[in-house]
Amino acid sequence: MNGARKPGGRGGAFFRRRKSCPFSGDKAPKIDYKDVRLLSRYVSERGKIVPSRISAVSAKKQRELANAIKRARFLALIPYAVR
Amino acid sequence: MTYYENVFIARQDISQPQAEALGEAFAKVVADLGGKVTKREYWGLRNLAFRIKKNRKGHYLLLNIDAPAAAVHEMERQMRINEDVIRHLTVRVEELEEGPSAMMRARDQRDERPGRGDRFGGDRFGGDRFGGDRDRPRRSRGEEGAPRDLGSDDGEGGGS
Repeated sequence: MNGARKPGGRGGAFFRRRKSCPFSGDKAPKIDYKDVRLLSRYVSERGKIVPSRISAVSAKKQRELANAIKRARFLALIPYAVR
Repeated sequence: MTYYENVFIARQDISQPQAEALGEAFAKVVADLGGKVTKREYWGLRNLAFRIKKNRKGHYLLLNIDAPAAAVHEMERQMRINEDVIRHLTVRVEELEEGPSAMMRARDQRDERPGRGDRFGGDRFGGDRFGGDRDRPRRSRGEEGAPRDLGSDDGEGGGS
């Protein structure tokens, strides 16, 4: 990831940095249903898939990611729901 | 011939050699029908994320298969019959992965994992954006990057 997020907190009005998709670019990780560590970064604490508008994953990769998460769930690698 | 990946979970109360023998047996089924198993990986007795047929743990095995569809169908049929197999998943892949899979790599580096800092601003997901769902409350990340309130400059607002 290049650069940090915007320094200030609340004071900063509505300025946002452009986020880029973590799965695009040449050093991007491969989406794999076996890679639990990777997938768990895109799953909320409740076990839900994090929306791409928050994680900044591109639409194409989000579909791929959702598929991988569902496969990992089926294999009981990650839970369907927590609590 | 087509490439497939198969992961199956064996019952927790069989032993590791038994589980591996199971993998061998399925590999043989594939081989007898003109395919071949290019890689067999034993992931160990892992905790399941939820109970499957009263099991809390299971032996995970991965098979990388290069075989005609008929061989895979036969193998899957036998998996359904075999009571030691509590779950299985076969997916078609473009190419078979060489070397250890993500699961094994994760296992190897578990010890010397470097502090991942905040690879992608974990607190992006924080805040109370999910309407009080308490979905993903901010996790404390130790040293840096922890308690910053991003509640106001969150991701989705601007676009709409």
